[in-house]
Amino acid sequence: MNKFWPFIRFVPRHTHFNFVGLAPYAAVLSVLLLLGSIGSIALQQVNFGVDFVGGTKMEMTTPGQPPFAAIRSQLGAMGVDDAQVQPVGSTGVAVQFRSVKGQSGDAAPAFVGAKLQTAIPGLKVTGVSQVGAKVSGELIWGGIEALGVALGLTLLYIWFRFQLQFGLGAILALAHDIVLTIGFLSITRIEVSMTSIAALLTVIGYSMNEKVISFDRLRENLRKYRTTPLAEVINLSENERLSRTIITGTTALLALSGSMFNPASALFSLTATMAFGILIGTYSSIYVALPVILLWGVKRDDDEPQPIKFQQARR
Amino acid sequence: MLALSRWKIVLVLGSVIFGLLFSLPNVLPDSALAHWPGFLPHQRLNLGLDLQGGSSLLYEVDTDALAKERLNDLSEEASQELRNAQIVFQNLTVANGAVTLKVGDPSQTDAAATALAKVGGTTTGGRDTVVTHDSAGNFRITLTPTAAQQQVRNAVITSIEIVRRRIDTLGTKEPDIRQQGADRIAIEAPGVSDPQKLKDVIGQTGKLTFQMVDASVQAQDAATVVPPDDEVLRNTEDRGEPFIVVKKHVAVDGGMLTHAQQGYNQNNEPVIEFRFNGAGASRFGQVTTENVGQRFAIILDNKVISAPRIDTPIVGGQGEIHGSFTVESATDLANVLNSGALPAQLNVVEERTVGADLGADAVRAGVIGLSIGAALIFAFIILAYGLFGVFAALALIVNLLIMFGALSMTQATLTLPGIAGLILTMAVAVDANVLIYERMRDEANSGRAAMAAADHGYRRAMSSIFDANVTTMISALIMFSFGAGPVKGFAWTLSIGVVTSVFSAILVTQLLIGWWFRVTRSKTLPIA
Repeated sequence: MNKFWPFIRFVPRHTHFNFVGLAPYAAVLSVLLLLGSIGSIALQQVNFGVDFVGGTKMEMTTPGQPPFAAIRSQLGAMGVDDAQVQPVGSTGVAVQFRSVKGQSGDAAPAFVGAKLQTAIPGLKVTGVSQVGAKVSGELIWGGIEALGVALGLTLLYIWFRFQLQFGLGAILALAHDIVLTIGFLSITRIEVSMTSIAALLTVIGYSMNEKVISFDRLRENLRKYRTTPLAEVINLSENERLSRTIITGTTALLALSGSMFNPASALFSLTATMAFGILIGTYSSIYVALPVILLWGVKRDDDEPQPIKFQQARR
Repeated sequence: MLALSRWKIVLVLGSVIFGLLFSLPNVLPDSALAHWPGFLPHQRLNLGLDLQGGSSLLYEVDTDALAKERLNDLSEEASQELRNAQIVFQNLTVANGAVTLKVGDPSQTDAAATALAKVGGTTTGGRDTVVTHDSAGNFRITLTPTAAQQQVRNAVITSIEIVRRRIDTLGTKEPDIRQQGADRIAIEAPGVSDPQKLKDVIGQTGKLTFQMVDASVQAQDAATVVPPDDEVLRNTEDRGEPFIVVKKHVAVDGGMLTHAQQGYNQNNEPVIEFRFNGAGASRFGQVTTENVGQRFAIILDNKVISAPRIDTPIVGGQGEIHGSFTVESATDLANVLNSGALPAQLNVVEERTVGADLGADAVRAGVIGLSIGAALIFAFIILAYGLFGVFAALALIVNLLIMFGALSMTQATLTLPGIAGLILTMAVAVDANVLIYERMRDEANSGRAAMAAADHGYRRAMSSIFDANVTTMISALIMFSFGAGPVKGFAWTLSIGVVTSVFSAILVTQLLIGWWFRVTRSKTLPIA
C-alpha cells in the first residue's frame, strides 16, 4: 500500500506472461485476419468517396426522417447516373452521383439541389463536394506515394537506429496494420476520403511509435543479458514495458473515445479508424514485429549504434 | 535533471505566458478583443472551410485552348507580315500545335522566312516562335516549349488577377485565391454557402472594350440622363470623376489586343505598352487619328479602368498609354489588358461547399471530443500515477495552451482532421510522461534513492521518447508534403503537437517534480 495514492498499483507490474509462447497462435490469428481483410477488399472493395472516384457528393438535411424513397425516385427522374443515397445521423442524407444527364458537371449540384428542394419541402443542402476525375486520380496516387515514402523512410530510420532486421520486422508489422485497417474500412463501409488517408497515416505513426518503444527496450536488454536466449529477452522486455503499453494504449483510446459517443459526429469514422489502428498497432508490435526478429535472429555483438545520449545543461 | 535551473523556469513560464496570450483571443468575445491593446496578439485560430463553412473551388486553365488561341494570333500575324512583304501564300492553317502555310512562289521562300521571323514576340531566352521551312516553301511556325510554359504561367497569373477583380465585385469577404500546381487556381471563399454566383462570374469571359468618351455630357451619378448613343459607366480609377459618359459604339474590341506590358516613356514614367493584332491595329489607328485630343475609355466588365487622352494618332498597332501610373498599377493594368477576357476558359475540377451549420456541427463535435478526451485522460493518468499524474495532467494543459497559441500565431489552417490530430497529440504527449514515470519505477525498484530514481527516469526515457517522436515527425512531414488541403492541416497540427508535447512532458513535469522534492524532501518516490 502506497502512502501517497492507493490506486498506484492498479496497473499490473512484474508480470511474467509468456508472450513468445503465444506467438504461433497469434500467427494463425494474424493470417486469418489478413485473409479476411484481403477477402473483403477483393469482394466488396472499399467505399471510395468522391475524393478518389470523382463525382459529386451532396449533403442535405430534412425537417424529419429523410424520405429516402422519394429522394431516390426524384434522382432517377432527373437522370442522375449511379446515385447512392445514404443516411447521415437522423435527419441528414448524403447523395453521391457521377453525373446528371443534360447538365454540365459544375451546374449539376445546383440543378439537383433545386429539384430536390421543390420536391421535398424543408430540404436544405448543407454541403457539396465535387471532384473531377483528373484530380481524384492524382489524389489516389498522392496517397499511395505518401504511404510508400512513409514506409521507406521509416525503414531507413530504424535500420539506422537499430538493425536491419528490426526495420524489416517493423515494415512487415506496418504492412499488416495497413492491410487490416483497410480491411476494417472495407467491412465497416466507412467512406474513404482524404481524411481516411490522414487516419491511416496516423495509425502508421502510432504503430511505429509502439515498435520503436518495444525495440528500444529489447536493444537495452540485449546488451544487459548477452547470453540469455533471444526469446527470453523478448519476453522479459515485453513484460517490463507492459504497464507502459497498457497505460499509453488506454490513454490513446480514451482520448479518441470522446469523439466516439455520437456515431453521427463528423469525427466518428475518423476516430473509429484510428482506435482500430491503435489496437492493431499495439498487437502487431508484439506479435508481428518481434516474431520476425525472433525468427531472423539479431546480432548480439556491440557494433550496433549506441542510443543517443542527451547532455544535460549544467548550471 | 531535477535541478531547478533558472533557464528552465524562465523557459516554462515564458511558454505558458506565450500560450495564454496567443490562445486568449479565441475565447474572448469580439467586443473585448476590440479593446485589446495593440501590442497583444489578436489572431484567432484560422479555421478551415470544413469548420467555418464556405466554398472552395479549384479551376484548371484550359491549356489546349490557350495554345490554340495563341497560334491563331500567330497565324494572323503571319498573314499580315507576308502581305506587308507582298508575298503570296496559301493553305494557312492552325493544326496539331503549329501554324502551317505554303508560299505561292518558291523563289520568295527566303523573303518569306525573313518576314515570318518577325512573327511572335520574345520570351526569356529569345524569340517565342520557331519557324522552319523546306525548299518547296512549306512553312511551319510553332511556339518554343519555354514560350508555351511561359504562356501557361502568364495565363494563370492573369486569370488570378481577373478572378480576384471579379470576385471583388461580389462583395465576398476576403476570398483566398492562389495558384496550385502549374495550371490551377484554388479559390477559397469563407462564408459562401452557395458558390453558384462565384462560378457564374468566374465562368463568364471578361469583356474588354475601347470606347470614346463623350466629353459633351457630364455625369453626376449612374442615373444621369444621357443621349441614346451614350452610356454612363462607373470609373474605378479616378476618384474626382466617379462616372464617365462614353459612346456606346465599341471603337476597338479588347479581343484584338495581342500584347501589353509595363514600360517607361521618355520622362521615365511608367506607361503601358500595347500591341494590337492586324485588324485591331488598323481600327485603332483609324479611330485615334480621327480623335486626337479626345479621350477614350478602357472598359472592363462595364467599368472604366482608365480614360487616357489621345495625344497622337496611334498607327502601326503599337502604342503606349500614359497617365498617373505607378510601376505596379501600370503592370496591373497591363495584365488586365493582356487578358481582360480570360486568356482561356477556366474549368472547375474540384468544388467543395460546407454550409455554416455543417461547419458549426463539426466544431461542436471537435470541442466535445477534445474536452471529453482530455477529461478522461486526466482522470486515468491521475488514477494511475496519483500526484505525479496531476503533474502530467498539468503538463498536458500547458501543452494544449502552447499548441493553441502556436496554431493561432502561425495562422495554420485548423481542419476537421486537424482536430483529430490534436486529440491524438494528447495521447502521444501523455506517452512521454508514461515512459518517464515507468523508468522512474524501474530505477526505484532497482534500489536507487527516490530523487536519483526520478532523475534517472528522465535521462533513460530520453532515447525512447526521441525515437518515438522522430518517427511521428517523419510521417507528419510526409503528410505535409504529399497531402492535399485537409491532410496538410492535420500534418501541421501533428508536427506542432510533437514539438510542444515533448517540451511540456519533459520540462514542465521536471520543474514540478523537482519543486515537489525540494518542498517535501521526500525519501520515497510517490509512484514506486
